Amino acid sequence: MRPTLPRLINILVPVKRSIDYAVKIRVASDGKGVDTNVKHSMNPFDEIAVEEAIRLRERKGKLVTSITALSIGPAKAADTIRTALAMGADTGIHITTPEGIVVEPISVAHAIKKVIDRSEGKDKIDLVICGKQAIDDDSGSTGGMLAGMLGWDQGGFASKLDVEEGGKIQVTREIDGGLEKIEGNLPFVVTTDLRLNEPRYASLPNIMKAKKKKIETLKPEDLGLDFTPRLETISVSEPPKRVGGGKVENVDELVGKLKDAGLL
Amino acid sequence: MIIRTLPRLTRHLSIQRRLASSLVLLEHKGGKLNESSLTAITAAKVLNGDTAGIVIGSSSDVEAVTGQAKTIEGLSKIYTASSDAYSNSLAENVAPLLAAVLPAKNITHLFAAHTAVGKNVFPRLAGLLDTSMIADIIALEPSGDTFTRPIYAGNAILKVKSSPKDKIKIVTVRTTAFDKAPIGNGSATVESVDTVSSDSTTKFISEELTRSSRPDLSSASRVVSGGRALKSQENFTQIIEPLADALGAAVGASRAAVDSGYADNSLQVGQTGKVVAPELYVAVGISGAIQHLAGMKESKLIVAINKDPDAPIFQVADAGLVADLFEAVPQLTKKVQENKA
Repeated sequence: MRPTLPRLINILVPVKRSIDYAVKIRVASDGKGVDTNVKHSMNPFDEIAVEEAIRLRERKGKLVTSITALSIGPAKAADTIRTALAMGADTGIHITTPEGIVVEPISVAHAIKKVIDRSEGKDKIDLVICGKQAIDDDSGSTGGMLAGMLGWDQGGFASKLDVEEGGKIQVTREIDGGLEKIEGNLPFVVTTDLRLNEPRYASLPNIMKAKKKKIETLKPEDLGLDFTPRLETISVSEPPKRVGGGKVENVDELVGKLKDAGLL
Repeated sequence: MIIRTLPRLTRHLSIQRRLASSLVLLEHKGGKLNESSLTAITAAKVLNGDTAGIVIGSSSDVEAVTGQAKTIEGLSKIYTASSDAYSNSLAENVAPLLAAVLPAKNITHLFAAHTAVGKNVFPRLAGLLDTSMIADIIALEPSGDTFTRPIYAGNAILKVKSSPKDKIKIVTVRTTAFDKAPIGNGSATVESVDTVSSDSTTKFISEELTRSSRPDLSSASRVVSGGRALKSQENFTQIIEPLADALGAAVGASRAAVDSGYADNSLQVGQTGKVVAPELYVAVGISGAIQHLAGMKESKLIVAINKDPDAPIFQVADAGLVADLFEAVPQLTKKVQENKA
């Protein structure tokens, strides 16, 4: 009897270039967006996704055949792919869009699906690890949409992930009130929660090496994609300002404030 | 001319109104309705159309929850779908069911609370239906196509108009932005719908819930949260919990406190944790990073206790006390207890 062949895993990690999480956002003067002339970096949840793909290979060795980083966005999104390559991804795919175009989660899911459909044979992508949400639009829907479109199983909000030979996959998910453990099979879509891992910094030699790695550049038309938005932005506005700043001198004064508010 | 067009216009409007037909996913756990779903009903009612609920789960859970759900005010009908496959709300099983029910029942709008279940099931459903998902709304217009939601961790507010291309609007609702629909006087009829099988191999294995005798964080009217300045899990327990108990409050934590192991994940307040809007929010030893503020700045009264007078939390606090939390919090706890006695 032949032993079951180990299933090889090709991982796709979608990464988004978004405004750096530490930047204080300013609403643009036209009221249709925010000021984007600020520092950008890889969406923090996507860093966790890249890190997890690399760790999976470090744990599983040859079982993980390839790690591809995919980004959709303007020319500068290539920097984000380079960061993923410097962390340890093998190759990149960049689907280019004009500057200032918002690509909605549903369009991103369609694009990822096209990239997966295109892969075949031993390069067939069978695991997608994506961040649970982008910190710019805070929508948190791309991963789930993709799983639905592909008909693949999903593990959302993962705080622990493991894949066995043969393609069995275990995910511990963060749910309201605690954790949930599920088990499924490849092909599979995982979305990463904060506590899945601590992403590594790319070392200087790895940054240099990443410059030699290949990024395939595609236009949406090359894949037959249409990024026309379905949601029209009516306005982007400042949230109502909170009038704070009332300081008290001591605990008694604080208790007085609570009493005044009818809380004691 | 004017006399002739007016009646036509009103008739046209009334037809449009009747078209809005909303369905609200009524979440539950262990046969108990999750009250967050009641806020999604209030949001759905803004559309002035017909609003129904759907209860999906194992047959015993569905039976228990339907009894309660029937009496929610404002629902005309409760659809039920019972199968063991639905017992843990796996998206792979629940989404195909909803994808079949929505067109069959001519639903135009599907709502759920923006909870772990809604966030997991609805994107998959949107993928199945090839439609947009509108997540975490804080307002919507009666026209049914315009929605308001926070972006950039609540630092900007986006208003979007959905296109007719997205025939069914898939929407999750920020629970702190809407009141709960009242329970008691409703009289919805109950109709069971056919289950839909899924070829998914995903299985639920186990769950680990954090047990607490205190109020649930996301729905508590008072919250006491601790941050990194507490320095240890022991301090967190000894300083934060007595104050929470004296105030009858839920316990929360900043990400720094959770990452340092002082408090459990499920207590995290912020962009990546829970969003709360209680009557009273007490932030102890929390500096107030934007990610934390995103989860609590809608609170009615914010109290901050911090050693650093320049901590950003003081910019949003209604009552800020610059003091060492290890002295101030036990004092405050004692005074609150005295006031109760």
